Amino acid sequence: MSTDLSNVEELAISDYKYGFETDIEMDVVPKGLSEETIRIISSKKNEPEWMLEWRLKAYRHWLTIKHEDQPHWANISYPAVDFQDIIYYAAPKKKIELKSLDEVDPELLKTFEKLGISLQEQKRLAGVAVDAVFDSVSVTTTFKEELSKLGIIFCSMSEAIQNHPELVKKYIGSVVPYTDNFYAALNSAVFSDGSFCYIPKGVRCPMELSTYFRINTSGTGQFERTLLIADEGGYVSYLEGCTAPMRDENQLHAAVVELIAMDDATIKYSTVQNWYPGDKEGNGGIYNFVTKRGACRGNNSKITWTQVETGSAITWKYPSCILQGDNSIGEFYSVAVTNNHQQADTGTKMIHLGKNTRSTIVSKGISAGKSNNSYRGLVRVHKNADNARNFTQCDSLLIGDRCGAHTFPYIEVSNESAKVEHEATTSKIGEDQLFYLRQRGIAQEDAINLIVNGYCKDVFRELPMEFAVEAQKLLSISLEGSVG
Amino acid sequence: MLTVKDLFVKVDSADGGKEILKGINLEVNAGEVHAIMGPNGSGKSTLANVIAGKDGYEVTGGSVTMDGMDLLDMSPEERAREGVFLAFQYPVEIPGVSNATFLKTALNEIRKHKGLEELDAMNFLKFMREKMKVVGIDEKLINRPVNQGFSGGEKKRNEIFQLQMLQPKLAVLDETDSGLDIDALKIVSNGVNLFRNKDNAVVVVTHYQRLLDYIVPDFVHVLVNGRIVKSGGKELALELEEKGYDWVINPETEAAAV
Repeated sequence: MSTDLSNVEELAISDYKYGFETDIEMDVVPKGLSEETIRIISSKKNEPEWMLEWRLKAYRHWLTIKHEDQPHWANISYPAVDFQDIIYYAAPKKKIELKSLDEVDPELLKTFEKLGISLQEQKRLAGVAVDAVFDSVSVTTTFKEELSKLGIIFCSMSEAIQNHPELVKKYIGSVVPYTDNFYAALNSAVFSDGSFCYIPKGVRCPMELSTYFRINTSGTGQFERTLLIADEGGYVSYLEGCTAPMRDENQLHAAVVELIAMDDATIKYSTVQNWYPGDKEGNGGIYNFVTKRGACRGNNSKITWTQVETGSAITWKYPSCILQGDNSIGEFYSVAVTNNHQQADTGTKMIHLGKNTRSTIVSKGISAGKSNNSYRGLVRVHKNADNARNFTQCDSLLIGDRCGAHTFPYIEVSNESAKVEHEATTSKIGEDQLFYLRQRGIAQEDAINLIVNGYCKDVFRELPMEFAVEAQKLLSISLEGSVG
Repeated sequence: MLTVKDLFVKVDSADGGKEILKGINLEVNAGEVHAIMGPNGSGKSTLANVIAGKDGYEVTGGSVTMDGMDLLDMSPEERAREGVFLAFQYPVEIPGVSNATFLKTALNEIRKHKGLEELDAMNFLKFMREKMKVVGIDEKLINRPVNQGFSGGEKKRNEIFQLQMLQPKLAVLDETDSGLDIDALKIVSNGVNLFRNKDNAVVVVTHYQRLLDYIVPDFVHVLVNGRIVKSGGKELALELEEKGYDWVINPETEAAAV
């Protein structure tokens, strides 16, 4: 009769909605990487000497890592990246400090509006403070005053280096040292900007902190560096959302995010990632090689990573928790969608060091088209980590019969009192399910949407409300023709 | 209302497919209840599925129309919005999607199609509560994911609940009695009987006559090997129950044996 599953796949293929480029005057450092490039970046940002030294140490370390020693274990394939063919710094030219949105380049505001995130709207919607990162430099920061009354520091990394060097110096690289991996070393050497947040003792951040990242300027590798610290008893919920304009060539994106939670502190870090995934034939798209790690340094601390990954040609990302403090909790909730030729190798690491530490992993992979989607996770219980608990739920959903779902769980337990549970399922969107919903009057694409959203429910409910709505929209855009 | 004319249907398969329905004729008018009976493998469920538009069948001849609309030319969702409802023999589980969300989506799609305003959450809830009473369905089933963890009886009751919620023109019940104990059978039948009125029609597909004690048909058709071999009133069902399907399959041998 009228449809078969290949039509479902066709529906699953949709065009990237956010393909446009903003025409703003850029301040660009020539292509290529050398000590000179790093010195230019550092001096453009007017950085203190210690910062430059740290960058150079990272760069020299990076040089010692052979290219063939790049992380290679991920279940992904891509042509070698030419690191001399990347622009390492691009900032919109601006001379004056901006005090209000009225002073922001109207072109830029238009871009945000196209993305559906009008800053004016955000300002009115109290509760969300936005630090908008446009390419490499923060353009505008709102709600800063309100936050500063509470002693909360929320600013760009560049500002933090200028204004709070003691905090940056103390914590940067303390969770992800530049020696951690190839891309962490690269990022440490050339990072352009990012967000910095410090929650003082006993302060509960009254609003969701939010940053929208965006990659612009052809061929710019974006190397963000984000550092979040919640001091004793502090609480913060941080939202990171991303879209990027349409591109022909591959763009490297290698961010580093470090979270530090002291005694009784809680950090929730939520991400919606929707970078350009490449076209239907697999040309172009972002390489998203990210190192995200949180340290539950204090007792009773808690870090929750929630991510909805729908974009990028290749995603390589394992937001992890080091559960150092006793009774600390690590959580990872993930939805990863791949379509067409996208590849994703994502998951988490839960390192149990303290006593009575607990971790929860809920991973939902969705593969469509000819894509490959892998979950890779490590649960390690150290020998001193008495009574550690882990629960892992790892599900894969397939749409069509040309995509792949893979699961690589690693479990290393060195303490007998540990309890580690792992559940995994693989399922396909059944024709029976689709027919059932359609027989009740629901159109095919809406039916897929309903099924997929139901499947991801456990993760979506971990997201703040407005983000959950956005995540659902993104999912339909990624998987459906009619919506895109 | 429903007109099936000389319908030939093959099941899709690599080897060309087997013919399941071999020239079905059926006329169902508004206000009528028709029962389709027949042994296993006679094509009863195929007929129900083809009316609803399920994939995997090839119509090689004939037509199916509802109020003059060519159903075979319409997608399953278009048919549903025009008022075709299939109560499934094996209701499907949809993890993570609550029954309420599912039904609100479905109901509003149908209302939109009819040019009616969509029901908001409050009005939907009010309407749903009324219908829950009709079918005696528990509130906790409403908030659970569609059919997930439901018993066989609960799944069937959920189908009839959906029938009450969506109020279609034509309800096709595919083996709705299978897996039901007598109390559940009564509740389900009651739901169907309350649905019946002069403007809608019901086609009951069943293997056993038992259900027809509760949903009393106006007409009974016996489907054997892809053909309707006998039609009659409700008494035909009783006769079948007594004599078995052999009686209609091989009337000659039956006669010879007497």
